Amino acid sequence: MDLLTQPVGIAHYLVVGAILFVAGVVCMATKRNALGVLMGIELVLNGANVNFVAFGSELLRGRSESSIGLDGQAIALFVIVLAAAEAAVALAITLNFYNNHATVDVDRADELKG
Amino acid sequence: MNWHSFFFLLFALIACAFAVAVVLTSNIVRMAFYLTLSLGATAGLFFLAGADFVGAMQLLIYVGGTLVLLIFGVMLTAQAHFITMKIERNQWVIVAIVGGSLLFLLLTAAFRVPEWRLGSEVAESQEAAASHSRPTATPLGMALLGVRVDTEEVSEEKQPGLAGYLLPFEIISVHLLVVLIGSAYLARAKRRARSRALE
Repeated sequence: MDLLTQPVGIAHYLVVGAILFVAGVVCMATKRNALGVLMGIELVLNGANVNFVAFGSELLRGRSESSIGLDGQAIALFVIVLAAAEAAVALAITLNFYNNHATVDVDRADELKG
Repeated sequence: MNWHSFFFLLFALIACAFAVAVVLTSNIVRMAFYLTLSLGATAGLFFLAGADFVGAMQLLIYVGGTLVLLIFGVMLTAQAHFITMKIERNQWVIVAIVGGSLLFLLLTAAFRVPEWRLGSEVAESQEAAASHSRPTATPLGMALLGVRVDTEEVSEEKQPGLAGYLLPFEIISVHLLVVLIGSAYLARAKRRARSRALE
């Protein structure tokens, strides 16, 4: 029950970010559905976001000269917007592929293979 | 009991458990639902770290926008043989080895730096920071407009490094516009072009 009484530090957030990141990478590698790969990318970006916010937080680290402060939150905002843009494009490509080939299996998308 | 730690543990467990569930399930509809819960719990983690505006944007844009888009994609392509697609068993072994070693690397890196673990002196300054933590929406908005209002106590020679984010903000706005027009062009119905080609 040590975790319940001691205050939360940056390392706690880094652990959560690492688990989200690895889950996203494994999800990208193991899913055959193109939308599943897209969900893996979302998890990876989210894990990175957790780290950015944790390093910029005064509540976790206290005030110190080496803290990145508000920059971490600004970068996290940029990542969220970029993830939205990336999801829109990837979904459009997936729907286009589905219209042309009647499948969303990424293993079947091998027309450019030499 | 430390309520901050309690809620951190709660949200961290939800986020991690459902992220792992996204990987383990092979049903695409369930994956979308688990991803919603995982990202929502991450918004709770952002609130607990003092990033109230980023947490709200995570709920609004990510959970409310991006995931709804993803769920629409799932609904438009959900035919019976696409809902569960599995990979072979020996591929899972390779994935487990690669993923496990990556996780081990990241976890050892997280605990390697002593500054990131919490000492007693950090806990004191943490309480001091918690006592005068302010909402971050106004400083963030000013930083996006190119003016930093949160850097009063930073020394004079470090000030030029703390520039605002006006140019990245403009670039990302134009980028978002271009991306949305491009994806609408890509995903549009192509009946008219096809019928014209038939003539």
